[in-house]
Amino acid sequence: MIRVVKAGLFTTVQDLGRFHFRNKGVPVSGAMDAMAVRKANSLLENDLNAAVLEITMTGPTLQFEEPSYIVISGASLSVTLNNAPIKNYKVYKIHSGDVLSYGRLEKGFRGYLAVKGGLQMPLFLGSRSYYRPVTPKNTVVDGDVLPFEPTAEFHPKISEIKVDSYLDETKLGVYKGPEFHRFPKSEYDTLFKKVLQVSKENNRMAYQIVENGPGHQESMLTAATLPGTVQWTPSGKLIILMRDGQTTGGYPRILQLSDAAISILAQKKTGDHIQFNTVDQ
Amino acid sequence: MSTFPITLQSFGPHAIQIQWPNTVSETILNDILAFESHLKNTLFVDDEKWEMVPAYTTLLVINRNSELTFLEWEAQLLEAYHQRPSTKRPKRFLWKLPVCYDMEFGLDLMEVSQKLQLSPKALIAQHTAQAYTVYGLGFLPGFMYLGGLPKILEVPRRTDPRLKVAEGSVGLAGKQTGIYPQESPGGWNIIGRCSVPMFNPKKKDPCFVSVGDKVQFHAISRSEYELHKIEGEVGIYKLEKSTIDD
Repeated sequence: MIRVVKAGLFTTVQDLGRFHFRNKGVPVSGAMDAMAVRKANSLLENDLNAAVLEITMTGPTLQFEEPSYIVISGASLSVTLNNAPIKNYKVYKIHSGDVLSYGRLEKGFRGYLAVKGGLQMPLFLGSRSYYRPVTPKNTVVDGDVLPFEPTAEFHPKISEIKVDSYLDETKLGVYKGPEFHRFPKSEYDTLFKKVLQVSKENNRMAYQIVENGPGHQESMLTAATLPGTVQWTPSGKLIILMRDGQTTGGYPRILQLSDAAISILAQKKTGDHIQFNTVDQ
Repeated sequence: MSTFPITLQSFGPHAIQIQWPNTVSETILNDILAFESHLKNTLFVDDEKWEMVPAYTTLLVINRNSELTFLEWEAQLLEAYHQRPSTKRPKRFLWKLPVCYDMEFGLDLMEVSQKLQLSPKALIAQHTAQAYTVYGLGFLPGFMYLGGLPKILEVPRRTDPRLKVAEGSVGLAGKQTGIYPQESPGGWNIIGRCSVPMFNPKKKDPCFVSVGDKVQFHAISRSEYELHKIEGEVGIYKLEKSTIDD
């Protein structure tokens, strides 16, 4: 198991999400940057859905009480293992008593820690992803204990991969949303030309954009939304729903982010730049 | 069986929306639910990757693992809709939900009574007089979008939203009435509190209500409220429900 010495700013347990309860209003949750999690789990030859720690900006200090193997991925967070720096997307052996410490945020926003076999937290509605009220906790806190099955010996087929840095990418690939056609093409020409800024209103539920589009009077009945749905409110605000976003909404759903774009956006913080880029139109 | 002019919209690589005529109506809602159940038994029968979310006049079909080719699926879904055998929508229930309208819970009951020029007693009688149809579940886990509020109970939402509205609070806002399934911020006028939790993640089905069901509130006393809470904790509280006949 892992003993959480210091929890960090906003550390959660996540897998790839909670499915089949959206029709009861339960958000899917799961890792914000699923791409980084899939790669980390692949290197450890885990189930891709194995539970990992999601670390936001300021990371934790963790002590391993049993042997295992780990991979860190996602943001660059100056991580050290027993005070020696370690790299993203590389398998490291862990001995009982080892201490993993997160330091300064260098690039990106969310890092991941995958452990051989995955974190063995209890399942709630088929998933280990933290989301209150489904799970009792919203975040990991100081003193928590995170169980895993110890692994003394493991010979990874591939022990390290090089990941082209998507952390600097600003272009978000988008598809048309169901209400796309309610607005004139000229609105999108303007919107797609603009470099947009991530507002301070950004979290696992949604990212808001600083720049407003024009206001409008398009109204619609409440309908289903998805992680990556771009909503345009009547006052002109752009809201991009993320993994913990509500499952229905009443604002026009003008665009839908590609899977890769959701991962790219998950690595953005307040003030970072993004730009929409069409995928299919 | 009525057939409506449905249209399909692409919604990213993993989802397709089916849109019925844009009117809030039980006939349309029932047709959506009948088609949803038909798809579950035919096109999507073996594949647990499919999910469907019905709400008001739309049905969203989602496949989180595959990229859906829109034109291909548009054709398949249209064909499935127009050639479906006459199926009834799945069985739906009317749930009787107990609400305590005590002042302690109904923080805005007096104010709303004055605004609507109804006595609190008359307001409660109006609120409990009919069943409301569940047109959607969303916004929060277990939150119901209810249709059928009598005009006499329409009151604007509060100008100053509360930072904390207690779990179970029953509110009025515009054409809507409903229950806050969790503690959350909110601007609805609070008139009572429901003694039954609308969302319980420990249950296999965390929310007993489904889209297409109906709910009817009935007034209970403060002591009945407390009794229900205790019965709920030890797991012996039983909700009153009946099957809705078409």
